[in-house]
Amino acid sequence: MLEEAQVQTLARLARIALEPAELPSLAAQLSRILSLVEAMEAVDTTGVEPLAHPLEPVPRRRPDAVTETDQRAEFGAVAPAMAEGYYLVPRVIE
Amino acid sequence: MSATDYPRTVAGMSAGLARGAFSSRELVIDCLGRIARDDSALNSFITIVEEQALAHADAADARRRAGQAGPLSGIPYANKDIFCTKGVRTSCASRMLDNFVAPYDATVVTRLAEAGMVMVGKTNMDEFAMGSSNETSYYGPCRNPWDTSCVPGGSSGGSASAVAARLVPFATGTDTGGSIRLPAAYCGISGLKPTYGRISRYGMVAFASSLDQAGPMALTAEDMALTLNAMCGVDPRDGTSADVAAEDFARKLGEPLQGLRVGLPAEFFDASLNPAIATTLQVAIRALEQLGARCVDIQLPTTRHAVPAYYIIASAECSSNLSRYDGVRFGHRCEAPRDLNDLYTRSRAEGFGAEVKRRILMGTYALSTGYYDAYYAKAQQLRRLIRDDFIRAFADVDVIVGPTAPSTAFGVGQKTADPVEMYLSDIYTTAVNLAGLPGLSIPAGFVHGLPVGLQMIGRHFDEATLLQVAHRFQLETDWHQHTPALKD
Amino acid sequence: MPRWQPVIGLEIHVQLSTESKIFSGASTAYGAEPNSQACAVDLGLPGVLPVLNARAVALAIRFGLAIGARIATRSVFARKNYFYPDLPKGYQISQYDEPIVSHGTLCLTLPDGQAKVIRILRAHLEEDAGKSVHDLFPGQSGIDLNRAGTPLLEVVTEPDLSSAAEAVQYMRALHTLVRFIGICDGNMQEGSFRCDANVSVKPVDSPVLGTRAEIKNLNSFRFVERAINHEIERQIELLEGGGKVIQETRLYDPDRDETRSMRSKEDAHDYRYFPDPDLLPILITEDEIAVARSALPELPQQRHARYVRDFGLSPEEAEAVSSELPVAEYFEALVDRCGDPRQAANWVTGEVFAALNRGTMPFSEVRVSSERLAGLLARIKDQTVSNSMAKQVFEAMWQGTEEADAIIEARGLKQVTDSGEIEALVDAVIGENPDQVAQYRAGKDKVFGFFVGQVMKRSKGKANPQTVNDLVTAKLKL
Repeated sequence: MLEEAQVQTLARLARIALEPAELPSLAAQLSRILSLVEAMEAVDTTGVEPLAHPLEPVPRRRPDAVTETDQRAEFGAVAPAMAEGYYLVPRVIE
Repeated sequence: MSATDYPRTVAGMSAGLARGAFSSRELVIDCLGRIARDDSALNSFITIVEEQALAHADAADARRRAGQAGPLSGIPYANKDIFCTKGVRTSCASRMLDNFVAPYDATVVTRLAEAGMVMVGKTNMDEFAMGSSNETSYYGPCRNPWDTSCVPGGSSGGSASAVAARLVPFATGTDTGGSIRLPAAYCGISGLKPTYGRISRYGMVAFASSLDQAGPMALTAEDMALTLNAMCGVDPRDGTSADVAAEDFARKLGEPLQGLRVGLPAEFFDASLNPAIATTLQVAIRALEQLGARCVDIQLPTTRHAVPAYYIIASAECSSNLSRYDGVRFGHRCEAPRDLNDLYTRSRAEGFGAEVKRRILMGTYALSTGYYDAYYAKAQQLRRLIRDDFIRAFADVDVIVGPTAPSTAFGVGQKTADPVEMYLSDIYTTAVNLAGLPGLSIPAGFVHGLPVGLQMIGRHFDEATLLQVAHRFQLETDWHQHTPALKD
Repeated sequence: MPRWQPVIGLEIHVQLSTESKIFSGASTAYGAEPNSQACAVDLGLPGVLPVLNARAVALAIRFGLAIGARIATRSVFARKNYFYPDLPKGYQISQYDEPIVSHGTLCLTLPDGQAKVIRILRAHLEEDAGKSVHDLFPGQSGIDLNRAGTPLLEVVTEPDLSSAAEAVQYMRALHTLVRFIGICDGNMQEGSFRCDANVSVKPVDSPVLGTRAEIKNLNSFRFVERAINHEIERQIELLEGGGKVIQETRLYDPDRDETRSMRSKEDAHDYRYFPDPDLLPILITEDEIAVARSALPELPQQRHARYVRDFGLSPEEAEAVSSELPVAEYFEALVDRCGDPRQAANWVTGEVFAALNRGTMPFSEVRVSSERLAGLLARIKDQTVSNSMAKQVFEAMWQGTEEADAIIEARGLKQVTDSGEIEALVDAVIGENPDQVAQYRAGKDKVFGFFVGQVMKRSKGKANPQTVNDLVTAKLKL
């Protein structure tokens, strides 16, 4: 079961604004999904190594060479806010 | 030649173009005309690129006149709107990317263009490929051409619907937990999810990186083999793309099935399978036996837990993959953000739909301190057990056969209230992604006028055998030739 | 006796010397126009994928071998998830529980001559973030992602350091090492070598560690020392006042010379690390490690010990010629040719360093090869030139390409060692200066220099100074 407060915490971690009115149904849905997921607990996985990739082929490494050119103009064309080559965000306070 | 006389398959178009029966321009005009006429009932396209398509068709015709045409030159097709296309909006069916015109092509798009294929548009899908019905799209649900009150399945619903309705002979799809096979089954077409790593993921908007795989959706196994030939290959821009030798996936199509061992997993044919679908599949399996295959009963015990393991892993990966949508460098940005946090939280709240948010929150939960071991690590352990089940089974059989989906296409809106019920649509498909195996779905009959899919699963990198079996099956049956009659 | 014992651990970010970024083909060159070196991968555009730079791995292995660490044959990239404008993907690709390098050591010689081993817990590969500028746009911050994706090796010590001075000594030793083995340019102004410090204090006799604060932004040796000392004082003051140290991140402000708490981030502690599904594990073979080992140069500390032991250099001289690889190689080549390590060390740390300093040139731009310099030292040894004449010759060699012999010949700089010729000059000077002779004989030793100077002047600097000395001494005694 997920409490509404937990959902609120998750939303904060995931940077998603939630209206208070959304919380009860969202908590209920997520709890229902969790009950499906918790069926996993029935399986004994003691000593089983987790598998992160279905196949573990020999990983490739790239030679250290500069292959990219300046595409600031192309990438900037899809940016919501840019000035003098910088992406703009509301002032960051450190 | 009247419009209806054009062949509808890739192979047929290829032959007609080769002997000069028609031009690429004529094919593309016909294709655009079909979309204009029929797609308002289906909503299978998000974007249509008429001018670009005609220009590319003319270029293909010019190459053919110059003697430079390949087997796929000049054939129209569509891309799922998850593949980045330079200069063309790549929305992923999300408000978040409604304004995103990709500055580059996905490797798959580049390869198909190099083969001479002509993209006519981008197809509808579930938002960020999260869904089994194509109902989570920002651009509205796509419809099933066999019954427009039904869903086409998801997430590659637009591609399946467009191919089934004969708007295009071939479309790309992606499959993270069944997103090619499920809509192929619901729409009565053929769809293949290749081995993980077979096709480059570069430029394909990520949902769950260790599960996502692109694949062809077409009318026949032969067409899938021809297009897969063009889509595959190692890509220096994708460190997970497999470094395997190029092969011709059509090379085994002519071989008979004598001696082929077909595994029937007990878990796929238990009492929970819809009886009408079970009966349909029994007929299909008998057809395989008549072609020389021998059936073997097998067990895949851990696959019962594939759906939970899949939802944890897919949600965890997506929660991280979708963090880049923050309103800073591209995509949706909220109006007049008060501060940085407001920019993030409101842009994401406005840009993402309900299902995407649910999965991000679930994935965030599964990775968070105190829950990681119980959810994420546990799911990855199950993943190993599931993969090992398959590896064990493949010691005794060459392919595994079962249902693609537990039901036929359901009604639009029927399962949207309960996410869990929707997730269970993928009960037979997710294990294949967890194990990284190739799997396909081909039409195997109808129940109450709606198509039933037969799923076949192969060994890692053994797509050729799957395509061989599917092709031999399609030579003996005509389910793949049934065409939905769209009412005006 | 102090009541409190500081306990310090350092995390140093070493920027690896690669041409391209750790996961993309964009350039790592410093100082480009904002965002002109941020490619699609660095920007985290939809659908792009990271591909690992082979050289970053090779440099990490080299470092691991240099500190006698364990090189993992399988290590894993993990995602560290958090939102920040300079972090384009919303996660940093780093390594978490399976780093590439672990369990190494670095040995320090403390001021009292004792050796102290600093344990290096781990060194892991990760990508750098971009940077924000706060003063260009009113009310807004500008984000430049050129630095995003630059390869870093984060080197983490155990809490083995007991004072700010020791921390600085460790940092200097590491700085020397990474430059010596060629994995980092060490440029601290450009951010190639950055330090965070974990500082706590505990009662001297307590085995239990205190709560630590992490101080960020320590980008010079001077700041490290000052910031750590400040933090130690702050914590002691707090504890002695009955307060408690809270675990937090503090930022060092060099302008005010103080640390202050960074705005507390309530979620900052849940990074949700998990293996990056876009990157397969890094697999390193024993062969690869063996090849790297055989290519590793003899390290500064070993060289230092050998120079003191075998060459008879003082620790200071040994330090000066062993802490940079090109210097050490030059020095050793010079020793091989001239056979006199003390003289070689003198010349390298004297004339060669001075000439480089005058031109603010790096050692790689040295204009007189060890071979040419050896040619000059041979002429000192066989007394063709004096030391002071040799300096003139060296200056000419630095400006041109000629060998020492050619310059000596062309400028007629050959030293006069014929004692008959010098004796004549000495006699003349003594004869012409009876007053000074009288003074000297009356006990005024200082006048001795006057005679030597006069003789050298008349020889136009060519007289062998030792011969002049000997003759003046002998003649004045008469």
